[in-house]
Amino acid sequence: MSFEVGSALSIGAILFTVIIVAAMLIWVERRLLGLWQERLGPNRVGPFGLLQVVADMIKIFTKEDWVPPFADKFSFILAPPIIMVVILLSFSVIPFAPGVGVIDSDIGVLFVLAMASLGAYSVMLGGLSSNNKYALLGSLRAAAQMVSYEVFMGISLLGVVALAGSFNLREIVLSQSDGWFIIPQFVGFVIFLIAGIAESHRLPFDIPEAEQEIVAGYHTEYSGMKFGMFFVGEYLGVVLVSSLMVVLFFGGWLGPAFLPPIVWFVLKASFFIAFFVLLRAAIPRPRYDQLMNYGWLFLLPLSLLNLVLTGAYILWQEGL
Amino acid sequence: MAKISVDGIEYDVNPENNLLQECLSQGLDLPYFCWHPCMGSVGACRQCAVKQYRNEEDKKGTIVMACMTPASDGSIISINDQQATDFRSHVIESLMISHPHDCPVCEEGGECHLQDMTQMSGHNYRRYDFKKVTHRNQNLGPFIGHEMNRCIACYRCVRFYNDYAGGEDLAALGSHHHVYFGRHEEGVLENEFSGNLAEVCPTGVFTDKTFSAHYTRKWDLQTAPSICAGCGVGCNTAPGERYGTLRRVVNRYHHDINGYFICDRGRFGYDANSSKQRVGKALYRHGQEAEFKPLSSLEAKRQFAAMTGGDVIGIGSPRATLESNIALRDRVGVENFYAGFSDAQFDCLQEVLKSLREPGLYCPDVRQIERSDCVLVVNEDITNTSARLALAIRQAGRNAATDLANEARIPLWQDAAVRELAQNTRSPLIIVSPQGSRLDDVASATHLLQLDNQIHLLQAVAHAIDPDALKPTASNEVDEALSSSIAAQLCQAKNPCLVSGISAESPALVKACVNVAKALRAYRKHNSAEQNPVALCFAMPEANSLGMALLLETGGKPLRAALQRLASGSADAAIVMENDLSLRTSQTALAEAMAGGVPLIVMDQLHNRFNEQAQLLLPSSSVFEQHGTWINYEGRAQSSYQVFRPSEDILASYERLSALDPMQECGVSSELIMQEFARANDAFSALTQLRPPRVGISASLKSPRQSHRFSGRTAMHAQDHVHESQQEQDRASALAFSMEGVMLQKDSSLMASPWSPAWNSNQSISKFQQEINGELQQGSKGELLCVRQSTETAYDAISAKRDEKLTCFIISQLFGSDEISANAPAIQARSLGPYACIGQELALACGIRQHGLVDITTQTGRVQLPVIIRRQIAPNCIGIYPANEVDKYALLLGEITLQAVPDEDSHIASSRAMFDHLLIKDALAREA
Amino acid sequence: MFRLIKDTLGSQCVTLWRVFMHAFAKTDTVEYPDVQPQMAARWRGRIILSRDPDGEERCVACNLCAVACPVDCIALQKAEDEEGRWYPEFFRINFSRCIMCGFCEEACPTNAIQLTPDFEMAEYVRQDMVWEKEDLLINGTGKYHDYNFYRIAGKKIAGKDKGEARNEEAPVNVRSLLP
Repeated sequence: MSFEVGSALSIGAILFTVIIVAAMLIWVERRLLGLWQERLGPNRVGPFGLLQVVADMIKIFTKEDWVPPFADKFSFILAPPIIMVVILLSFSVIPFAPGVGVIDSDIGVLFVLAMASLGAYSVMLGGLSSNNKYALLGSLRAAAQMVSYEVFMGISLLGVVALAGSFNLREIVLSQSDGWFIIPQFVGFVIFLIAGIAESHRLPFDIPEAEQEIVAGYHTEYSGMKFGMFFVGEYLGVVLVSSLMVVLFFGGWLGPAFLPPIVWFVLKASFFIAFFVLLRAAIPRPRYDQLMNYGWLFLLPLSLLNLVLTGAYILWQEGL
Repeated sequence: MAKISVDGIEYDVNPENNLLQECLSQGLDLPYFCWHPCMGSVGACRQCAVKQYRNEEDKKGTIVMACMTPASDGSIISINDQQATDFRSHVIESLMISHPHDCPVCEEGGECHLQDMTQMSGHNYRRYDFKKVTHRNQNLGPFIGHEMNRCIACYRCVRFYNDYAGGEDLAALGSHHHVYFGRHEEGVLENEFSGNLAEVCPTGVFTDKTFSAHYTRKWDLQTAPSICAGCGVGCNTAPGERYGTLRRVVNRYHHDINGYFICDRGRFGYDANSSKQRVGKALYRHGQEAEFKPLSSLEAKRQFAAMTGGDVIGIGSPRATLESNIALRDRVGVENFYAGFSDAQFDCLQEVLKSLREPGLYCPDVRQIERSDCVLVVNEDITNTSARLALAIRQAGRNAATDLANEARIPLWQDAAVRELAQNTRSPLIIVSPQGSRLDDVASATHLLQLDNQIHLLQAVAHAIDPDALKPTASNEVDEALSSSIAAQLCQAKNPCLVSGISAESPALVKACVNVAKALRAYRKHNSAEQNPVALCFAMPEANSLGMALLLETGGKPLRAALQRLASGSADAAIVMENDLSLRTSQTALAEAMAGGVPLIVMDQLHNRFNEQAQLLLPSSSVFEQHGTWINYEGRAQSSYQVFRPSEDILASYERLSALDPMQECGVSSELIMQEFARANDAFSALTQLRPPRVGISASLKSPRQSHRFSGRTAMHAQDHVHESQQEQDRASALAFSMEGVMLQKDSSLMASPWSPAWNSNQSISKFQQEINGELQQGSKGELLCVRQSTETAYDAISAKRDEKLTCFIISQLFGSDEISANAPAIQARSLGPYACIGQELALACGIRQHGLVDITTQTGRVQLPVIIRRQIAPNCIGIYPANEVDKYALLLGEITLQAVPDEDSHIASSRAMFDHLLIKDALAREA
Repeated sequence: MFRLIKDTLGSQCVTLWRVFMHAFAKTDTVEYPDVQPQMAARWRGRIILSRDPDGEERCVACNLCAVACPVDCIALQKAEDEEGRWYPEFFRINFSRCIMCGFCEEACPTNAIQLTPDFEMAEYVRQDMVWEKEDLLINGTGKYHDYNFYRIAGKKIAGKDKGEARNEEAPVNVRSLLP
């Protein structure tokens, strides 16, 4: 069996690796938070506390999986797998390295955006079906937040697409061999970063689950592995957004030849994953209205401006 | 109504009062110390300073003392004015200069008026650098603790003790900042109302010593509204409990009865509740065994059920709750229910009940006695039997001063001025008695007569008032002069009041008093402008004497019938409930009854001579441990509520009696018994109004017995069991054993411990009165059960004859005569053993020396007693204080012979030591 | 526009940088059971009852700690010796309820009740977390060395008569008329 794009081996390896990485992020995040908060973090289970993940897994699998009697059972059970599935599906178009990937799609960018839109359904369904006021509030916030930020996410990517001249992610990477898009598309990167955080509702934009205000938001009523799926889904989102940033703005697997391409990809992605944790450690949550105002009144004009300028630049380059 | 303006807001006030009182009536916070709602103003402490303005234009104003300024119409004052506020804070600062910084070890802490007022005035830091004045304390006896350093010299203590209660052994001593409030030398505070000093003193100079011995802060006490069971007045009390024992009793304001003060028997008698004499476990004696064997609570219930299966007779008790007596009667049947008091008392009470239903007369409550302007006290040593009435009679004497002050247009709250004006002018108080009493100092005349002669005199008085009244036979000139002078004083009075009692156990005396009242009624109908009814009241020896008598009207027989049945053995068992029968009849009669061999079941709180003879002795709840209804001397029914749950062995008598199945958890609740009884008997229908309705708010949201600051809930019982058990549930009343619930103040008849923000002391009661010194805002004042009939009855015929032979009368003591309170350690320290009193002439005739022994012999009894020779004893009379030991019924019959027992110095020494406690002003010196 | 960017992105970046730099600081925590932490003297841990400088119990059983306790876990009873000194007959803290808030220490007028840096109070049996006076009382003054309530308060106790407290004159002679 060969290891190439679309082969069973490649698909299996990617699926396995992505899920393991997402799970390991539980430990990574806690250790990193510890590091930045001048404490130790989990270090008791296994070497450096690595087996903490295993312990957590055992715990979460053996917990009582309870469905509240007042919940809408079907959608309550349906909600958590949706987020897992859509994010895992998004990984199928990510080019990890030459020959490593699931499909080589010409509409890769659009596919990712489409899947991200589907992710909103998971959160909304979870919150609505819980039949709980906190969950409802959380899901309302989540819906508004995700729908809004998808807009800027898409627009911010258009600059990259325009420069590369393709929606194919693999081609976008290859077109960066002369220089990463971070340089011409810095504004686009910043907007994508912010929108990415909001899409994966990570801190500081975890407004849908803001513990201090609405208990745990849309997953208030969830427990056991259903909660685990939301949880892992969030980490998968972190990995996905990090990978996308690497692919779109930091040249994907490209890098000096002394390291294999996949290692370059992993290193770059790890940097962004760590950056996500740093954001959590450093920045407090804005108010809900601040988040929405910021999006519509600042990011939207800025991203449109970015698109216009990029288009103008391209036209100028081509000499009209 | 006058209008005054306080800080720009207009209030309608009573212009006859002073500004301080009216500000407090309006719910405003104004600090004060020396003013007391019952004692008026003297302007001593300068704490109630306010700014007064002459008119609208006056912006400057002057500082005046609110308590010394009338609330005249149009007054404009300011409490919050900066200058007045500063003035008050400076006054409190100077009052606190020598305060000893000992609040943590002060019994008053947490309910201290001084603490409240210091907070209110804004003083918190001592700037004075010089040294504090200190004082030495005195040992003031078993009741009152003394810590003179805390004094702020408000003079409230002496004004209460001397001016109000008539005490003579407390004074303001010394001068300037050395002023000292104490006795001239260490010793017991003599007055019967000394306990009120602890409540009157705004700080911790005078404190309750018995409370200090097992001290608990006010906020930690579990309290419930209760009724004092010490005598028949029915004073309202607020007992407090902590850790399962009773800690103290304080006064609970009732506008018509006790007001702000209760007597020392009521205040300090509570400790009997945890005394060694308490019956803690059910005891059973099999057959003729000598020793009791303790039973578990279930065994006791089973044994009780087994013994009461057949034909059982029940003897009730005038010191048990009405519910218990009802439950006993329901259990044994009306035909087997007997009175719990002596036969003579039975007859007396029939007469008293008649008088309570007589039209044209009324039974005055304590407040009304205070308003009467001529009081005739007959035979009863009222200070020792119903002390609170004596305090009211003492105040009645001031009505002459009131008239003088009204004439001179001096407002009545100007206490010092009114007293100065009146000097010794007092309304007439006529005492007819076999002995001198503690009221003699305010009496206009004291006539010492033995009982038959008293009755004779009363007949003569009745005849002098209304010639239609029967003229007594064998009247002489002296009698006529005396009776006509008494009659004249009674006829002149606007509100004459007759006070007597049944402790002499003479129905003829009761009739004679009623005749005088009827004569006055007739006189006033024809000759007087005053058409209001005539006040007549009889002091009741026990808390439910009248209740028992009322109950017997609906079925029941006198005690002698019970004794006959017992003697003949015609019953399977006898239940004697909360009653020491040896105090109800002569020893010989009791012994005959016991010889009948009927198994005896006794329920009682304390061990006594009688219940040692029981076959089954069951522990009963005290007044503090059960809900109950008590009927006082006016026929006023009042509710007392359970303060705390006793151990499971101790049950209220009604619970035990109403539980037919021994496996039953508890019997019927007192409320249910009372309600059913009230529905079945028209005469008692008012009882349904007595307790707050159990529908609506009070059914779902109960009133808490604990304050909102109650502490230690999770640690109190943790030494036994760290897991907290459920709060005890009270299904039988509107109160809860909890700190949670609706505000107590929703119904002031459920309010035991008043509290208001910034008012932690007992002065906070003013926040719950309609006006200062007025009625409480909501709640039941009790229900009067005796309804006046419409037709007047004629005079009762009495065979009154003068009598010159030697007779015996029974002396009561405030401390010792009441069975229950006599077992409280503090009361025991003030009580003494049996003794006899005789006059000088008799002593000389029999050759008896002061404090020697006398041998008293009658046909039925004989006793040797130490003697005290007094000046104030009716001729041919010997007074005997039985101390619940001597068989008084044996001594009251037949001819008495006295014989001096040859003196032994040891006798004299021991009786002398005893008589040192006895506060009799008219006792002869030892040498005499 | 520039202000907005500075306020939003600028300050966030500074924050991120500063937090990131904490990665190179020494950790504040220690590996507890292996290494004993250094507790601050004012740490609110196990509660003790202290003695005054004369070696007598400081607690005067005033009940203020009990009433200040938000979880009602202190219960005590006042007793008094022959000379008038108040002391607790029993003093009980239910540590299974205690939240170590320190209100009792703040309420205490005599510095008797104090919280100490000892926090290792776990028990297998909950009943063992109920501590009586014998368990709580230490033989020392605790954190406050000099304070002796009875030397200031004007109540007479053994060894200190009326007028011998701080800033007090000798007791007055009531019978004297001298100014």
